[in-house]
Amino acid sequence: MSRKEWPLYEVFIRSRNGLNHMHVGSVHAPDPKMALENARDAYTRRGEGVSIWVVESNAIAASDPGEKASLFEPLAEKVYRHPTFYDIPDEVKNI
Amino acid sequence: MYTQGLDIPKGDKSIPVEQGDSPEAVRFQARIDADEKIEPKDWMPEGYRKTLIRQISQHAHSEVIGMQPEGNWITRAPTLRRKAILMAKVQDEGGHGLYLYSAAETLGVSRDELVDQLLDGSAKYSSIFNYPTLTWADIGAIGWLVDGAAIMNQIPLCRCSYGPYARAMIRICKEESFHQRQGYELMLSLSRGTAEQKAMMQDAFDRWWWPALMMFGPHDTKGGAEGMKSQHSEQSMKWRIKRVSNDELRQKFVDVTVPQAEYLGLKVPDPYLKWNAATSHYDFGPIDWDEFKNVLAGNGPCNKKRLKVRREAHERGAWVREAAMAYAAKKAKRQAA
Repeated sequence: MSRKEWPLYEVFIRSRNGLNHMHVGSVHAPDPKMALENARDAYTRRGEGVSIWVVESNAIAASDPGEKASLFEPLAEKVYRHPTFYDIPDEVKNI
Repeated sequence: MYTQGLDIPKGDKSIPVEQGDSPEAVRFQARIDADEKIEPKDWMPEGYRKTLIRQISQHAHSEVIGMQPEGNWITRAPTLRRKAILMAKVQDEGGHGLYLYSAAETLGVSRDELVDQLLDGSAKYSSIFNYPTLTWADIGAIGWLVDGAAIMNQIPLCRCSYGPYARAMIRICKEESFHQRQGYELMLSLSRGTAEQKAMMQDAFDRWWWPALMMFGPHDTKGGAEGMKSQHSEQSMKWRIKRVSNDELRQKFVDVTVPQAEYLGLKVPDPYLKWNAATSHYDFGPIDWDEFKNVLAGNGPCNKKRLKVRREAHERGAWVREAAMAYAAKKAKRQAA
């Protein structure tokens, strides 16, 4: 018996229109069509979704948590990107 | 539920409990202490990773094996309503297994490895599923007591420090409530039935009560007189994988379940059971830990059968798994051409 494991797919579900697809977990399947069917059975038995995306886990490039500092900290220093950085007198309305 | 087997016995050295005092280890513990969630690619001590793989996979195996005791009553359910309910419940158990395997795989272990460990007997699953379901009332008793104990055990796991496990548990807990309620409702209809039906209900209750209490695992707050308390348990608390002690959960289960049993007109099979006004809890008699160890060691009434059925199902499905892969490969080749 060959021991080739079915590829892993990550599953994303839109719970209702107007919301983003969200990652919910993974399933194994031989192809995308069966990955969708397996995801439907595993993750939407009680109306949890109106749309499913599946993508092979290998196809996802992910940032390294170890590089969190170099990736995200420079943005924390750019306080002028936030509206609260600017002092506007109270008399000025609607801004 | 289903995590008692994870109370790793004393002397088991396969999982390191020391995480060392490297800068990463210190930072890791600080994040845990601050109630931050740990995510798959984050640095983690080897013992944390191994403890989680063992716990989550045992939990997954329990769900999968747990389909058997109830599954064998689907064809004998007394009405179409009960049959539809039971099928939905058994399908949920399979689904819970899948959520949990998915969470375990984020720790760098493959599905095949985990399945192999179940099939070759090296991985444990909850002792509760090694008891037989002798009558229809057992289906009610399982839903009410076994799933009830599972909910008690699983709610704290929703706050577990490992993100993917905690998220799987939240999903599972949402579904377990249906399992427990359908079981209690089944018992309720028996309690309003004939004398024979009432006797069948009491018999099922007598057989499932103690195994349900054992589901919470060995004592961990009464000094571990049974010699099963381990330093792994303390480390799991420190890592916030485990958040409430076995004995606390068991007491809570007894306190909520006894009044439910009384409502059904059932007598709890424990001569020592009585309300203690001073502690505001029920006192209950000693648990037979020899039976627990024996069932966990593979000598329960159904251990061999459960594994045999699982192995056969896996082997019989092999050609389907292979054919589906071959078909996918052929299609991909055609598309490329």
